[in-house]
Amino acid sequence: MIRDPKDLKRYNASERANHWVVGMSFILLALSGLAFFHPAFFPLTQLFGGPVWTRILHPWVGVLMALAFLIIFVRFFRLNLMTRMDVEWLKKAKNMVDGNDHDMPEQGKYNGGQKALFWTLGVGMLLMTVSGLLMWRSMFHVDTQIVRVAVVVHAATAAVMIGLIFVHVYAAIWVKGTIRAMWYGTVTRAWAKQHHRGWYRQMTGK
Amino acid sequence: MALQSLDILRRSATTTPSTQVRAPIEVAKLIDVSTCIGCKACQVACSEWNDIREEVGECVGVYDNPTDLSAKAWTVMRFAEVEEHGRLEWLIRKDGCMHCADPGCLKACPSPGAIIQYKNGIVDFHEENCIGCGYCVTGCPFNVPRISKDDGKAYKCSLCSDRVAVGQEPACVKTCPTGAIQFGSKEDMKDYAATRVEDLKRRGFENAGLYDPQGVGGTHVMYVLHHADKPELYSGLPSNPSISPLVSLWKGMAKPLATLALAGVALGSLFHYVMKGPNEVSKEVEDEIEDEDKRERADKEATK
Repeated sequence: MIRDPKDLKRYNASERANHWVVGMSFILLALSGLAFFHPAFFPLTQLFGGPVWTRILHPWVGVLMALAFLIIFVRFFRLNLMTRMDVEWLKKAKNMVDGNDHDMPEQGKYNGGQKALFWTLGVGMLLMTVSGLLMWRSMFHVDTQIVRVAVVVHAATAAVMIGLIFVHVYAAIWVKGTIRAMWYGTVTRAWAKQHHRGWYRQMTGK
Repeated sequence: MALQSLDILRRSATTTPSTQVRAPIEVAKLIDVSTCIGCKACQVACSEWNDIREEVGECVGVYDNPTDLSAKAWTVMRFAEVEEHGRLEWLIRKDGCMHCADPGCLKACPSPGAIIQYKNGIVDFHEENCIGCGYCVTGCPFNVPRISKDDGKAYKCSLCSDRVAVGQEPACVKTCPTGAIQFGSKEDMKDYAATRVEDLKRRGFENAGLYDPQGVGGTHVMYVLHHADKPELYSGLPSNPSISPLVSLWKGMAKPLATLALAGVALGSLFHYVMKGPNEVSKEVEDEIEDEDKRERADKEATK
């Protein structure tokens, strides 16, 4: 849908589909993984056809997410390289959270917070994938001592990643006019000018 | 399996206490390594009573057969040739689940009721609740549980919980021709072991002793060893087994705390929205864009 032909294109269809494959597999992985994280969450196995099916399906969804994330990572890592401006932005992030974003440094397509999230999730995905493969007992036979390390890394990283995704989702809800970028790809010029002025000027030549 | 719910002390992945009204005595199996002749009758009895048959396999140059525990071999004899005090010794150990008082498998298991510890000390796998994740393998300090390649479930010695429930001794105990395997209350087994240790000491095994490792709270399968100071001699029996600190970290307070932290992030976000309000595009910026558009349109009109 193009509400205003002058809206700015932030994501093309393939990027959006890629994002949602990652997003849906993340939700499935978080729900099935939490089921084994603590007994309080064990009933979540019922969403996946029972406890044994949950154990069988979880790693395969993990493979899907690892591949989809790898593609998204290759697509976006250049745009997420940190600059001095991003560090300045991060130093002032508290003001923004307080609802005062008037004197934030000018940002390109992504701000310092988004970039920090990108790299933390990247490291997290690497840790999750490697530790997950090591503990995938029906596929690989690994020395028990290594599996003991892997299960701790897997659980700890998962908790951090779920927390980060809460922040990611909330940021999209909090900053109005953002979610449509991932639904149908465009944002308004006013949104871009306010939140990503560097990118706005690059897109409009103003 | 045949023990009843009132006999359950602890179940895996269960955060509330099991029934506490009944307090039966603790049982134990005592394996006197010094009187074992390595005949493997216990292996056969285990196989027959539990109705499981491991592949016959091949001779690998030593007497060990099957060479390892498996889903269909819950006990195996391990034969070690070691030199002690300049003499060759043939140390034969019946390997299998030790039925720890503090079972690492039960601690690691994520599936409610897949691993049960009875009040008499028996630790039992209930395969109908087993999901096949293999976490019990990481929890066990004795490397005992085995995941079946056929059904993906975990298996190990049940200490013949079905026989014990009806007042019988485990099948391996029943069949042992030399009396090297004894079964009774844990206290009685300790007393009997003391007489065996004394006898061994008199015969020159000054380091003879009982293996009932306290790192796992003691076990309900105990060994009388001639070299209790060096249990590793017996095909790698660990000298001071305990649940890996990694498993304790993984299954301890970290997860409830992480869960609280995640709930905090979610609730924090909600209250942030309610108290600080959404981050909207400012009217000022919107007006700027609108003015620009108006100017552009006016310029276009003018050039027409």
